[in-house]
Amino acid sequence: MHDIRRVYRMGDTELHALAGVSLTVEHGEFLAIMGTSGSGKSTLMNIIGCLDRPTSGTYFLDGEEVSRLDVDRLAEIRNRVLGFVFQNFNLLPRTSAAENVELPMVYAGVPAKERRERAVEALTLVGLGGRLEHTPAELSGGQQQRVAIARAIVGRPRVILADEPTGALDSRTSVEVMAMLQAQSDRGITVVLVTHEPDVAAYAARVISLRDGKIVTDHRQTPVRAVLEEARA
Amino acid sequence: MTGVQTLRIAIRALLRNKMRSFLTMLGIIIGVGAVIAMVAIGEGAKARVEASFAAMGTNLLIVLPGATTSSGASGGFGSGPTLTWDDLKAIQTELSSVKDAAPSLRRTAQIVSEEQNWSTGITGTTPAYFLARSWPIASGSAISQSDVDGGTKVVVLGQTVASKLFGPSSDPVGQTVRISNIPFQIIGVAGKKGQSPTGQDYDDVAFIPVTTFQSKIQGGLQKYLTGVIYIAAAGDVARAEKDVVALLRERHRLGDGQPDDFSVRNLAEVAGAQAEGTQTLTMLLASVAAVSLLVGGIGIMNIMLVSVTERTREIGVRMALGAKPRNILSQFLVEALALSVLGGLIGVALGAGSAGLLASRFGWPMLVRTDVAVIAMVFSGMVGVVFGLYPARKASRLDPIQALRFE
Repeated sequence: MHDIRRVYRMGDTELHALAGVSLTVEHGEFLAIMGTSGSGKSTLMNIIGCLDRPTSGTYFLDGEEVSRLDVDRLAEIRNRVLGFVFQNFNLLPRTSAAENVELPMVYAGVPAKERRERAVEALTLVGLGGRLEHTPAELSGGQQQRVAIARAIVGRPRVILADEPTGALDSRTSVEVMAMLQAQSDRGITVVLVTHEPDVAAYAARVISLRDGKIVTDHRQTPVRAVLEEARA
Repeated sequence: MTGVQTLRIAIRALLRNKMRSFLTMLGIIIGVGAVIAMVAIGEGAKARVEASFAAMGTNLLIVLPGATTSSGASGGFGSGPTLTWDDLKAIQTELSSVKDAAPSLRRTAQIVSEEQNWSTGITGTTPAYFLARSWPIASGSAISQSDVDGGTKVVVLGQTVASKLFGPSSDPVGQTVRISNIPFQIIGVAGKKGQSPTGQDYDDVAFIPVTTFQSKIQGGLQKYLTGVIYIAAAGDVARAEKDVVALLRERHRLGDGQPDDFSVRNLAEVAGAQAEGTQTLTMLLASVAAVSLLVGGIGIMNIMLVSVTERTREIGVRMALGAKPRNILSQFLVEALALSVLGGLIGVALGAGSAGLLASRFGWPMLVRTDVAVIAMVFSGMVGVVFGLYPARKASRLDPIQALRFE
């Protein structure tokens, strides 16, 4: 990713949300992006997540220049290469956990039977094998986020993007979620985490901080292992 | 992503909001139901009119004698004797376009059996009458030529008269009735003919040979034919009508510019005009119903727009997870289509049901036209696509980032 700029126009004024960001993320890296609100971290996340395209600059994802692709190709990349975990879970309401997890595979054209099997497998992995038919309203926040993680990993992505994944959770369930993300990282999946909490960033092996649309620090660290205080339910 | 999957997603979304989906469909249900019912009712009315004209005979011409004028007051058609028995014979023998021609002399008289009596129209006629009006004989036989030649005292009763005098489902053939105190032997009972377009009972009638009518009922032979002539055309009714008019004008020595002293009624024309009238009515009813279908479509658009706004986040999530704009487009389009087609199906069933109910109340034949049902279905599907397209496009063009942030 080189010299990424994203300019928003609001009437006559131009807002430089990203003013030249260059960043290389290796396969299997666990990266945390930090910054206060308005620092451009969400914009950067959107561009990394192929939800937005930079105004200028180049972005190679897995060797492919994606910054100029059309919306359909971007949708395919999001579907096949990326997995998303959001702060507010973004599960479909009144839809069972299993069906939520199946969703990305629906758009990938996976046959129904295989979808079901993989959804069950992913939910079992996050410890929700017994709650396949529960709707989000019937699950706690931590459980909902675990469903969301299952949904992110079920498509076998290369990269998981987690935007404030613990923002709506208490500290104990936050640890659970971070443990799961670390587990994915250990399996060789690149994890990009956006957070404004240093405690959460501590679980990452590399932390960059943004301010005013620019990277101000970029350092590697020994990550804190997320240890579960008690056995999972 | 296959069509089946899109359909399944759409159905699931509709089931999540059952009440709303049903209310949205209601517009289409009422619209399609109204179209089906209205057309069925219109067709039923038309069929009834057609049936009554068919009972009269659609290839039938009726020749009435001309009007008399006495001291300035015109008596109207049928009041003056202008048709002669020779006219009838000429029509019968000289014109190839005429299949059968029969006189019909009518007078109301009391007809008396041993136990009952009944006042009815006594009609003096010839065997050709039954052919001209394609009036079958239910039991016994029709009036024969030898009855006419010999002036025998025989009678063929209409269904209504037979049942009034002898009770329903009785066979009075062979018995004797008295007409104007003269005994007549019943030789047959005519089949049921039904009602005229104006509601007159065709079966309230008794036929006797025309010669017997003249001598016994009318009191003496006359040169003029004091009734009407029924003519069945051999092929083209219009041609037969023209031939009859030309023949009678020639026989009556009417010069150019002189008006006809008789009149010919073409029942096919009257039937056609009537059918056209009901057709217009049907079209009117159907177009009113079509408007309600349109209103139903607007209802769908309204709800789909609400739904798109309400589900902005869902759209954002789907897009983030790899849904392409066209996946979103087809999802919402299929939802609108499912609403309208399902509504259309229910509407067809409901429309057919209510048409059947109305038909049985009014005693009409029920005619749910399949072509109308198919057209209404296709039309409601089109309504779904047309009115679903705008909301669906709106959904598919959402920016996933904005959509995800939407509260």
